[in-house]
Amino acid sequence: MISSGFFYLFALVTCLSGLMVISSRNPVHSVLFLILAFFNAAGLFILLNAEFLAMLLVVVYVGAVAVLFLFVVMMLDINFSELREGFQKYRPLGLVIGGILIAELIATFFEYSDMSTKLPAQQGVHNTRALGQVIYTDYIYLFQLAGLILLVAMVGAIALTLRRRSGVRRQVISEQNSRTRQETIRLAKVQSGKGAEETGQ
Amino acid sequence: MEQVWYIELAWMIAKIIAVVIPLLIGVAYLTLAERRVIGFMQLRKGPNVVGPFGLLQPFADALKLMAKETILPAGADKTVFVIAPMLTFVLALVAWAVIPFGEGLVLADVNVGILYLFAISSLGVYGVIMAGWASNSKYAFLGALRSAAQMVSYEVSMGLVIINVLICVGSLNLSLIVEAQRDIWFALPLFPMFAVFFISTLAETNRAPFDLPEGESELVAGYFVEYSSMSFALFFLGEYANMILMSAMTVILFLGGWLPPIDLFPFNLIPGPIWFILKICLVLFVFLWVRATTPRYRYDQLMRLGWKIFLPFSLIYVVLTAGFLVATDRLPALGG
Repeated sequence: MISSGFFYLFALVTCLSGLMVISSRNPVHSVLFLILAFFNAAGLFILLNAEFLAMLLVVVYVGAVAVLFLFVVMMLDINFSELREGFQKYRPLGLVIGGILIAELIATFFEYSDMSTKLPAQQGVHNTRALGQVIYTDYIYLFQLAGLILLVAMVGAIALTLRRRSGVRRQVISEQNSRTRQETIRLAKVQSGKGAEETGQ
Repeated sequence: MEQVWYIELAWMIAKIIAVVIPLLIGVAYLTLAERRVIGFMQLRKGPNVVGPFGLLQPFADALKLMAKETILPAGADKTVFVIAPMLTFVLALVAWAVIPFGEGLVLADVNVGILYLFAISSLGVYGVIMAGWASNSKYAFLGALRSAAQMVSYEVSMGLVIINVLICVGSLNLSLIVEAQRDIWFALPLFPMFAVFFISTLAETNRAPFDLPEGESELVAGYFVEYSSMSFALFFLGEYANMILMSAMTVILFLGGWLPPIDLFPFNLIPGPIWFILKICLVLFVFLWVRATTPRYRYDQLMRLGWKIFLPFSLIYVVLTAGFLVATDRLPALGG
């Protein structure tokens, strides 16, 4: 009884915050609602006894991806009234895409109305271990491929943004660390009325 | 049936209160300890006037804060501005649900305890970034941006250090992590990782020498400049509760949790929770010690340390640890 109550709570908040993501006027609020949606989706995973996936969702999406996303949205100075001007033009396209997604969801619902049996059977193994046993054996190539794609994306992002500007003074850390006291500090007795240069030291 | 349900709920709430109240008192006295310890290190006395040895100072501070006026800046995003300190404080408290204080002394003994801790500590950045943005002030915003970048960077190396420990344990459960250290604390065989983890926790809690988000000389006080009264107090409490939490995490991962240093006669008479608290105090003392003795890092140095030194180093160490365990056939049996 309690767990179904929690299900409705998480599901309701996920849907509502999903709605708020697309309807709130302030982009930062949109991202914050997106984070709330992620968080509640993690709650749904826990109800499915998939606590490893739930924690991963929070660590990866909420803790890292969404932070960077929020970062970018906060820094960008987007004028949203300008963006909204073209809104009507794209409405038919949006409706078509939304319609397709809803149709697919309904089709899935009828095909697999017994979703609960599609979950892997509990064999007395915690899901962290169960996932590892599947990912690193049967799906090792796909897993490695996913890793490779991420690597390529990372290299691409760095290659696109890294630029060496001329005229920028950079510190060479090893040079900094290998400096000695003798070559950087000089004690000079300065006579009064004369500068250090004039004293000749 | 109805009766049992009620009793269970009341018992649960009682246990939660039994964790939270000592934690809050601990936070109060940590602020005092910080001022006293730094005072002694700088050949001063620190606050010693309110009560014997200044023991009532935290309460005087709390009363002062509560008596002040709560200010909502006119240009602030009011909802987010109010939620941010609450979020910081709540996150600092909920993490304690999985911390084992002794054998079986834990509110929720979940399978993925360490991941839960990691997840909650990675959420801490939201309190900071929301506060900085909602204040609608440049100082606060700059502080929040610095803090967010810093916390995200050091989380990565922290994650890899945790993986090192997990390879040696074979479980994500915090109680099992402590039990695995019965023979030897992980701080000894994994000493480099212990150092990396401790330094990362300093960065993660925005403590000196990585307290750039606050950087009073350039940012006034960073993300919480605009906060006053209780909303400021919540940030303050959250920050110190996070320090205690990170110390607890260090103790559980590397210093053997509730286990006595040597399993011999005079030591194993002292109950586990006492050892646990003593070890947390030791780590907290090092936190204060570091603050009193190290100058603040420059921001590029901070990023360089996190991404170019700690990340590759802990990644290589994961390979080394795994290689060593496989080569000597010491891989732990999977606990789940």
